[in-house]
Amino acid sequence: METKSVNLTSAGYSARNLWSGILFGIGLVAFLDEMVFHQLLHWHHFYDKSTTDVGLVSDGLFHAFSWFATIASLFMVADLRRRSAFWLKRWWGGVFVGAGAFQLYDGIIQHKLMKLHQIRYVENLLVYDLIWNISAVIMIVIGWILVAYTRRKLQSTGKGGDNEQ
Amino acid sequence: MSSDYLHQGSGFLPDLITVLPFAMLLGLYIWAAITSSQRSRLKSWPLHRYVCWCVGLLCAGAAIAGPLANRAHDDFTAHMIAHLLLGMLAPLLLVLSAPVTLLLRTVPVRTAKAISRLLKSWPVSIVSHPVSASILNIGGLWILYTTSLYEAMHHNFWVGMAVHIHMFLAGYLFTAAIIYIDLTPHRYSFVYRAVVLILTLAGHSILSKYIYGQPPGGVPQDRGELGAMVMYYGGDVIDIFLIIMLCHQWYTAAHPRISFGVSQ
Repeated sequence: METKSVNLTSAGYSARNLWSGILFGIGLVAFLDEMVFHQLLHWHHFYDKSTTDVGLVSDGLFHAFSWFATIASLFMVADLRRRSAFWLKRWWGGVFVGAGAFQLYDGIIQHKLMKLHQIRYVENLLVYDLIWNISAVIMIVIGWILVAYTRRKLQSTGKGGDNEQ
Repeated sequence: MSSDYLHQGSGFLPDLITVLPFAMLLGLYIWAAITSSQRSRLKSWPLHRYVCWCVGLLCAGAAIAGPLANRAHDDFTAHMIAHLLLGMLAPLLLVLSAPVTLLLRTVPVRTAKAISRLLKSWPVSIVSHPVSASILNIGGLWILYTTSLYEAMHHNFWVGMAVHIHMFLAGYLFTAAIIYIDLTPHRYSFVYRAVVLILTLAGHSILSKYIYGQPPGGVPQDRGELGAMVMYYGGDVIDIFLIIMLCHQWYTAAHPRISFGVSQ
């Protein structure tokens, strides 16, 4: 897709590449959470009776948003491709940032503060919480590196992102 | 005896009375589509719209008469399947079959003008606004499942009928307000409709989980839990189609040759 410098069309759509990736990342994590932890392992509960009202609302909003984000982001990718503006590295940067940020939000805010449900109903929950949140941070770091790398490419192309929305 | 039939909503005669309007709608649509297709200045009505209309009516009919509808009276899971058919799948299919467009091209020009004036009027614009359609749709469901209305609809034939009619009409109104297939005088942007759609989906999934915890009156806990999960995951499946169609309309409208560089 890219050689030494970024192609000008991709540079013009750098923000849309990033956002499409972020939306896809959020959708992907939500989908894996539903498939792996709810349906296959049965670690999460469908609805924990101790769930607070705010936890229920937050869960519902995120469920609906991630459902939409998964599909909408793929249409955005199709749109970028027909404009020959798809920038795979920047898109992946977005995917990791979105996935990590959502998992961290889920692990800290929804599981701990809103007490939506726990990762697993066992004695030593701390191990699970640590693995969950540390893997989220690792994803954010990987994503951030990719985004920073593509931003440098963007600046060296001399566009400086002036076409960004 | 006959009032017993009405109470349970089962039996041959009540089923026949319920099914009759559907048979009439089916016949009218096919007649209108064939008649209008024969006019030389009009394109022939596409086959997929006949299919959508027939299957849509079948879904709605199955929800209020026949074996599924009978089971829905004392089985909450069957009730939820009927709800998905009547309030979500049937409206989606019927919207896709573009009945208003068909009506306008079948009736005489003067009548068509009167109908389109009606569609452009302010009362219609308020009811068909995405936000009010969403409130009528999800708000109605919240009232049904969190008050004694759910029990009342099974004890009184007419209350049950009113709930069914509302559920269907609100579902149709909402679907038509989100994806523009048919004639739509009052239009809103993709982002606006996307936000309303997401909030409505959220309302649906929050209500599903609420029902899981507190089933409506007269529903045993385990039946309530199963029904709530049918509502949650079944709703998701139908919502996928709504989201895909909305996004596809954005994709088509944002074609580079028409609006290059303009982003939504």
